[in-house]
Amino acid sequence: MTGRPGIWLAGLLALAFLLLFLVLPVARVFVTAFVDGDGSPTLGHFGAFFAQGLMRESFFNSLYVATMSAVFAALIAVPLAYFTVRFQFRGAILIQTLGVLPLIMPPFVGAVAMQLIYGRSGSLNLLLNEHLGFTLPLMQGLNGVIFVEAIHYFPFILLNLTVALRNIDGAMEEAAMNLGCRGWRLFWRVIFPLGAPGFVAGASLVFVKVFDDLGTPLVLGQTNLLAPQAYLRITQVGLEDPLGYVISVIMIVFSIAAMALSARLLRGRDYSTIQKGGVGIQRRRLSAPGALAAYGWVGLMLLVTLSPHAGVLLLSFASVWSFSPLPDAYTLAHYATVFQDSSSMIQNTLLYCGLAAGIDVLLGVTIAYLILRTTLPARQWLDWIATASLAVPGIVLAIGYLRLYKGITLPGTDVLLTSTWVMIMLAYAVRRLPYALRSCVAALQQLHLSLEEAAESLGATKLRAIRRVVVPLMAGGILAGFVTSFITAAVELSATILLVSADSQAPMSYGIYLYMQSIAGRGPGAALGVLAILVVALGTYLSNVVVERTGQRFESRVVDEDLPPLPVAAAPAKA
Amino acid sequence: MRKVGVQCRNIRLAYGPTEVLKGINLDVEPGEFFALLGPSGSGKSTLLRLIAGFSRHQQGQLLVDGVDITGKAPWQRNIGMVFQSYALWPHLSVWDNVAFGLVERRLDKHSIKAKVGSVLEMVGLSRYAQRRPNQLSGGQQQRVALARTIVVEPQVLLLDEPLSNLDRALRVQMRQELLALQRRLGITTVFVTHDQEEAMTTADRMAVLDKGVVQQAGAPATLYDHPVNVFVAGFVGTMNLLPGRVRARRGDTLTLEVEGVGELSFPRLAELPDADSIVVSFRPHSLRLDGADAARDARYVWLPGTVETSEFSGEFTRYRVRVGPHSLAVDQPHHAGLSKFPVGGAVSLGLESSQLRFFAA
Repeated sequence: MTGRPGIWLAGLLALAFLLLFLVLPVARVFVTAFVDGDGSPTLGHFGAFFAQGLMRESFFNSLYVATMSAVFAALIAVPLAYFTVRFQFRGAILIQTLGVLPLIMPPFVGAVAMQLIYGRSGSLNLLLNEHLGFTLPLMQGLNGVIFVEAIHYFPFILLNLTVALRNIDGAMEEAAMNLGCRGWRLFWRVIFPLGAPGFVAGASLVFVKVFDDLGTPLVLGQTNLLAPQAYLRITQVGLEDPLGYVISVIMIVFSIAAMALSARLLRGRDYSTIQKGGVGIQRRRLSAPGALAAYGWVGLMLLVTLSPHAGVLLLSFASVWSFSPLPDAYTLAHYATVFQDSSSMIQNTLLYCGLAAGIDVLLGVTIAYLILRTTLPARQWLDWIATASLAVPGIVLAIGYLRLYKGITLPGTDVLLTSTWVMIMLAYAVRRLPYALRSCVAALQQLHLSLEEAAESLGATKLRAIRRVVVPLMAGGILAGFVTSFITAAVELSATILLVSADSQAPMSYGIYLYMQSIAGRGPGAALGVLAILVVALGTYLSNVVVERTGQRFESRVVDEDLPPLPVAAAPAKA
Repeated sequence: MRKVGVQCRNIRLAYGPTEVLKGINLDVEPGEFFALLGPSGSGKSTLLRLIAGFSRHQQGQLLVDGVDITGKAPWQRNIGMVFQSYALWPHLSVWDNVAFGLVERRLDKHSIKAKVGSVLEMVGLSRYAQRRPNQLSGGQQQRVALARTIVVEPQVLLLDEPLSNLDRALRVQMRQELLALQRRLGITTVFVTHDQEEAMTTADRMAVLDKGVVQQAGAPATLYDHPVNVFVAGFVGTMNLLPGRVRARRGDTLTLEVEGVGELSFPRLAELPDADSIVVSFRPHSLRLDGADAARDARYVWLPGTVETSEFSGEFTRYRVRVGPHSLAVDQPHHAGLSKFPVGGAVSLGLESSQLRFFAA
């Protein structure tokens, strides 16, 4: 099937997109980091980087923050995952909610609210100081970044680990018990090792996300980290400053290293050992003190993870809120302001994210089909390249665009390509492509090849079979991919912040950031944040519903084996 | 409907260095129900998919109705295939599944309705037309898959282990239904299975494949009674094998030295291979089993043995009898009141010369 021109064309188009908007911009960043002013290769920029105290500090701070965020996220997530899988636990629904709630709010939005709740003069410390006479430095300096990021990203570990634990065959545990292993030893020797792949996958994701995050440190005013330094270098010193590129290279290298490490650890370790007809590990009844501890922990976590949401909501309605546990007075004025001033931002978000998600599912379906159903040479590269964009921080991609397309104008006009909103939209599309792609690949993998072959043997051509059978059956996955791309693009800040060249182009995420820069803007910023959360929550809910419905379609229900007797026509002929 | 034949002429297919089909030659007669039988990895499914157009041979010719269709796309072949997994589209109702091929053939709505209605009637599923495939039982799904394929009136019908997903009782029923339907439509049918009983009970003729080569093709009884080699002998039915070295071929007698048994003399048959080592083969039910002390009928070649195990299955009892280092299966028909040979007891096994087959070892 390699001979079909249509397949070659589709492959080349997908490759061209990836080259133009992912590979070449990132390559340009690398080249710039490694060449001198006169074009000769050099490592001097890296020397300059490590010669500066601020840069060294930022580098180690970034490592520290990313590592500690992963550690704290694990401390939150591991017990929660274990409770749901291991025990008869009424809180299972609560924990599942916990699993998505933080994800639907961009961390930089929550950060401001967290300042108001956990900051030095925030609600919690005011209360603590008044009643107990001490305060907790939760939001001080880097602590704040770690706290906000851990609260935001722990679901990655929770979700991955829960799935991994659920897939453990109950017989694994029973075999261990049969051999005399129980209690904590059982957990450490059997259950956790079997769930470890899920944990590693989640934790490395947290590390990468935090390492690359720009919005949260900026909002919290912590600029002595790598991503903010890159941003400041490019915006304040200029596009020619090599240190911005050096930082970009370091961020990519660490992202790739973290992902490669996790992939390496996971290789050959698919522990989804549950057999057909088997059951997962046994649920136990909790002892009274155990139940108390479990419910206590879940309750506390729910409170903490919900606090940024509650904080943003309060802030959006607060007319004055400072040095008091709760706002002093409430108003709807912020929403009025937002609708008056920022309706173009909402429209921009819908436009950019809609187009970006559209491109993503189109590419996702194409690449998924090429890699799973054709023998096109080097088709795996499309998958690898598209997935590699996970390791490219938004700010690096943006720097790459600005640099690669510098000075290029739209054909026939004087308008600079980099000053158009198309660049923002493309950055979204590239950054979210892995989500849509995974979703499409999963959907296509579910489809047995024979479903397509049956159509072909009944006279449908390749294209007709794809249109009538493959795409309809993938619809759930495609829609889920679209929604995931859309909602995650809607809260993207790090690429946006560099690529927005005029206020009229700003999407909601940028608007929230702008508002949050000033004390007076916090109210409207929070209001816009609430709107963004609503959009994301609605999208998440919709995609869940769709995915579940599609899943049901593939499950066969138990049906009585009721074969009606054959009518005369088909009955065996009498001799 | 015009019946067409399918011919494979020296078909070779390799995936990279792995040769899957190594020169397949087969003739499926028009209107025939033809079974491809073989163990997994024998290439039987590959051959079927090749006829359907889903894989392409590198050498040889594939003729349908005398025309080489190599290189034609699956949708240009008009060869129907029923998949092992049925491959019913979960997003379409039973009715729409069945109508699919007719829509592809741009039939008008009226004829589609008539044809789908009558084929659903034929397979007895009219009242399930609006259901989704996952709301049907396995047997019903199988009938839908069959209806979907025959409604477009293909020249050839291919069945890829169509019964393997059904439970045993249903398998027997569906087997008979399939055959009745095929007889009624008269459509040339190629049927892949690894179950020799299924192949023998249904097929007009069958071919046994192993390692990408057709070992033997012919009517089921021919393959059963006159297997051409040890593989076919063992794969079609149960066969006892007794290897020996040729001591003498004198006159019309063959003398074999069988390990642990000693010298045995057999009448020389025409098909006796010219080799130093020979395997004597015989079916479990062709043996006569007597107590060790019974009088010996001279028409048989007798072997002394000991009963190792016995399995009673109603119609007959299967004994495993140890003869020297060999363990032989012996079936004795069962009648009420017949006493069984005790395990551990000494017995005599009588081989009837007309039931023996000789292969070169």
